[in-house]
Amino acid sequence: MTAESAVDPPAAEVHAADRKPAPPPEPSKPETAAGPRPAVRRYHGIVRLTHWLNAVLLAGMVASGLQIYSAFRHFGIRGEPYLQPNPFDGTTFPEWSRLGGWLAGGLNWHFALAWPFVLTGLVYVGFLVASGEWRSLLFRPRDVPAAWRMQLYYLRLRKQHPPQGKHNALQKLAYTGAVLLGGLSLLTGFSIYKPVQLGWLTALFGGYELARYWHFLAVWAFVAFVVVHVVMVFLVDPASLRGMITGWYRGRFPSHD
Amino acid sequence: MTDPFERERLTAGAALSRRGLLRLALLGGGAAALSACGWDGGPLKPLLRGVSRVNDLVGEKVLLSGSRLARQYPLSARTPEDAYPAYMRTRPHAALPVPEVGEWALEVGGLVRKPMRLTRTMLEAMPPVTYTVKHYCVEGWTAIGTWTGVPVASVAALVEPTDEARFLRFDSFDSGYYNGWDLKSAYHPQTILAYAFNDRPLDVAHGFPLRLYAPIKLGYKLTKYLTAMTFTAERPGGYWEDKGYPWLGGI
Repeated sequence: MTAESAVDPPAAEVHAADRKPAPPPEPSKPETAAGPRPAVRRYHGIVRLTHWLNAVLLAGMVASGLQIYSAFRHFGIRGEPYLQPNPFDGTTFPEWSRLGGWLAGGLNWHFALAWPFVLTGLVYVGFLVASGEWRSLLFRPRDVPAAWRMQLYYLRLRKQHPPQGKHNALQKLAYTGAVLLGGLSLLTGFSIYKPVQLGWLTALFGGYELARYWHFLAVWAFVAFVVVHVVMVFLVDPASLRGMITGWYRGRFPSHD
Repeated sequence: MTDPFERERLTAGAALSRRGLLRLALLGGGAAALSACGWDGGPLKPLLRGVSRVNDLVGEKVLLSGSRLARQYPLSARTPEDAYPAYMRTRPHAALPVPEVGEWALEVGGLVRKPMRLTRTMLEAMPPVTYTVKHYCVEGWTAIGTWTGVPVASVAALVEPTDEARFLRFDSFDSGYYNGWDLKSAYHPQTILAYAFNDRPLDVAHGFPLRLYAPIKLGYKLTKYLTAMTFTAERPGGYWEDKGYPWLGGI
């Protein structure tokens, strides 16, 4: 346990350190022979519950969505050129990736899972707002320089790990982006579910065919997020996996801003 | 090495080669075991159908407006007719028992005070509605066409449904194809019994001699080759609806 993670530093201190071009100290010190760090509470029960529910529901939404896509594997009005670019134009996705068995099954799964999917998203965001946790997760313009430094570090173009709070700036970007992606999926989803009754929303996305296209692109952004997320958990902070299950964390990163 | 994060990252990397990889493999295996595999839901199917009914009710009671009109398009936006899909259930298509227009009539009955048999001539004498609208197929494709016909609401006014009437059932001569409709959608001003497509009399491909059309529902709800329109108290199913497609099909 380091001084900074054992005792919450005043937020101002962390942010002040954040702004220095080359901050000398690290937010945590390496483990010595003293044995494992004491566990700290890192993830609230609501965060853990919504995280894992969301993981299962997202998988179900994507799989049933791929089943639906298989019924018409293009974007566009009949008789006109299909919207591009679409690397999956004409692609039937493999059976293992689809949920529902046929179009009606895919639709029923998609429209059934959409309720808990949206609900867990709302509970999660609602918890962040109510608890103030959003402060350690929301990516703001002021995080841009730190995100850049973090990217340089991951690319091995920078030796020093930039100082961070509970999450580094790139994590904030990814987690903020995932929430926005959820919002985009919800809105484009509704605009292709009810393109007449919610015509104003559909028009906002450029019409039904384009809304369906954005909805599909959001899938691949989600898939990319999940792949990077899981890889980074194992490469950078494997202790956070136990933390996301039990709530207790023995890793090397601070658990507070 | 001076950077503790760097050192720890490497340590973590070493751990990944043993425990971590094992965990990753377990996670991957778990994900594979849980993967969809084209599963249709098995024992969960009744639950899915139940949720689908909830979605129908939200679609009908909350999202559907009885008066909001679907967008109309200029004639230049029409889909070329050779690219406009046509579907019938009967196989081969030549086996469809197409009637002579003079011998055909639509039976309008059920829970009504004045049951009627409406011929094409009678329908064409009523005030028509024409619009150029987008057709939405449940599969995900769209097409634009012009439809002309008589509002279902106008026909309903002729036959005077009783207070018990809550649904409409549309039957066809296409191998038992049929649909059930809620009255709110049926009485929408753009829900019509269509006898012309793209300014010409309806052809067999698109539902001759009469078809149901509306830009507020998916294509599978728009019964072609009509024979009867029946007011009911019980909710009628539908050809695809009985197999699992959403009953409302509202868009």
